[in-house]
Amino acid sequence: MEILQQLTNGLALGSIYALIALGYTMVYGVLRFINFAHSDVLMLGAYSAFFLAPVAERLFGPQTIAGALFIIVIAAAICAVIGVLIEFLAYRPLRSRPKLTVLITAIGVSLFIEFTCQHKSVFGADTKSFPKLLASRDVAIGGLHFSSNDLIVLVLTAALLAGMWFLVQRTKMGMAIRAVSFNEKAAALMGVNVNRVISYTFAIGSALAAIAGIFYSMRAPGIDPLMGVQPGLRAFIAAVVGGIGNLPGAALGGLLLGVIETVAGGIPGVSNYRDGIAFAILILVLLFRPAGLLGKSMVEKV
Amino acid sequence: MLELHELTVAYGGITALHGISLRVEQGSIVTLVGGNGAGKTTTLRTISGLVKPKSGRISYDGAEISGLPAHQIVARGIAQSPEGRMVFANLSVLENLRMGAYLRNDKAGITKDLDYVFSVFPRLKERVKQTAGTLSGGEQQMLAIGRALMSKPKLLLLDEPSLGIAPLLTKTIFEQIVAINRELKLTILLVEQNANLALEVSNYGYVLETGRILLQDTAAALRENPKVREAYLGG
Repeated sequence: MEILQQLTNGLALGSIYALIALGYTMVYGVLRFINFAHSDVLMLGAYSAFFLAPVAERLFGPQTIAGALFIIVIAAAICAVIGVLIEFLAYRPLRSRPKLTVLITAIGVSLFIEFTCQHKSVFGADTKSFPKLLASRDVAIGGLHFSSNDLIVLVLTAALLAGMWFLVQRTKMGMAIRAVSFNEKAAALMGVNVNRVISYTFAIGSALAAIAGIFYSMRAPGIDPLMGVQPGLRAFIAAVVGGIGNLPGAALGGLLLGVIETVAGGIPGVSNYRDGIAFAILILVLLFRPAGLLGKSMVEKV
Repeated sequence: MLELHELTVAYGGITALHGISLRVEQGSIVTLVGGNGAGKTTTLRTISGLVKPKSGRISYDGAEISGLPAHQIVARGIAQSPEGRMVFANLSVLENLRMGAYLRNDKAGITKDLDYVFSVFPRLKERVKQTAGTLSGGEQQMLAIGRALMSKPKLLLLDEPSLGIAPLLTKTIFEQIVAINRELKLTILLVEQNANLALEVSNYGYVLETGRILLQDTAAALRENPKVREAYLGG
């Protein structure tokens, strides 16, 4: 029973990592670099929710589902715009430069956001308590106990992951994203506006990060400007373990990491080493499958 | 229909095209022949908007199109089957063809053109669900041409359709190029290293050497030209 409980908790946490990992992997797919500022968009999503909560309470009453949805949708929209702006202002001017330049710029953008937000006139460096968006009840299913919030997060995340699969595999824009990630020039020759596809990718990835940030804060309700670093790092590992650039891989990697972290955290004497375990797994996977679990090893394009 | 005027293109400090001028008449097949590094691919890439010219003009249907981004050039009716085919290896054959029709919204017309592409290249129909990366080189070439046709272009740019393909398949592909030109009344600008093959199917030809046009004439006359015979047709 205990292990089943841990497994479910792990899936709930892992599904949040999966949401974040999708953003890393999608951006890598179209632009071939790691957007380190992604974890800060997650933090901005959490802060958006923090400031939107009183508004939602005034509009819909305290802790209502409509209020929570309102917060999630608006925060996702705000972060989508922020993601598009980051790409437009910081990465697009460097499009034809070496990838290392863009990578270092991404680290710069990340630090810029983190430390600007720590300034006392912005959010301040102190930890703020994240408001309760929904009243949490204890739900017992077959002897297992869950918080209703965890279940809602799990279900919503599963729906989002399914929606992402549909978007990428079944819609015209999704096809264009896949085409651009394979060969940008060939996609342009088909009439694809590559810049628009890249903006769209950043918008989706950032919206998912915002939602993940809110879900993450619902579980661990203390938020600060550096809160994105830990889940961001884990989601980055998840994306690499799953096979960077591969969407189902990112989802799988996220779930795997969440489960391992939670299960390891539940074993007495091991719980302090759970990050070590996560990185050990990363190293092992990369040793035996350098392209990740679902990634295909590809010859570097010339 | 298409006219390049004194087109100069440079990559970094290296000039790839030194002010070339050429014309493509409506309904014709015009070919650019020449060796490696002559500037053939650069010419097509510049027309398609993948490369910006340093100077000179490209006019198409009476309008100036040089400097437009690639996706807007496709919207005006110029499609390219690029060098090295560049099919989307991670997409299925059908998705590749649908990518070709990316800018179109007329469902019935797209279905009709899909049927046309399948009638020209029946192999593609057999492999419609397969991932494009699993196709042979010749099949990928058919897919690249089919994909370009799916945009319903008025001008088709073909870059080295014979490159790295078995001679028998090359023959099929060139027969289909002629058929497409006749049946769709589609104007074609063809770039080829295999000058023999290219001049056989073309109306007019240009010989390019290190970024300059060396000769131009009807395809028939070029095939008889001793200079061309010696340099490009194997004597």
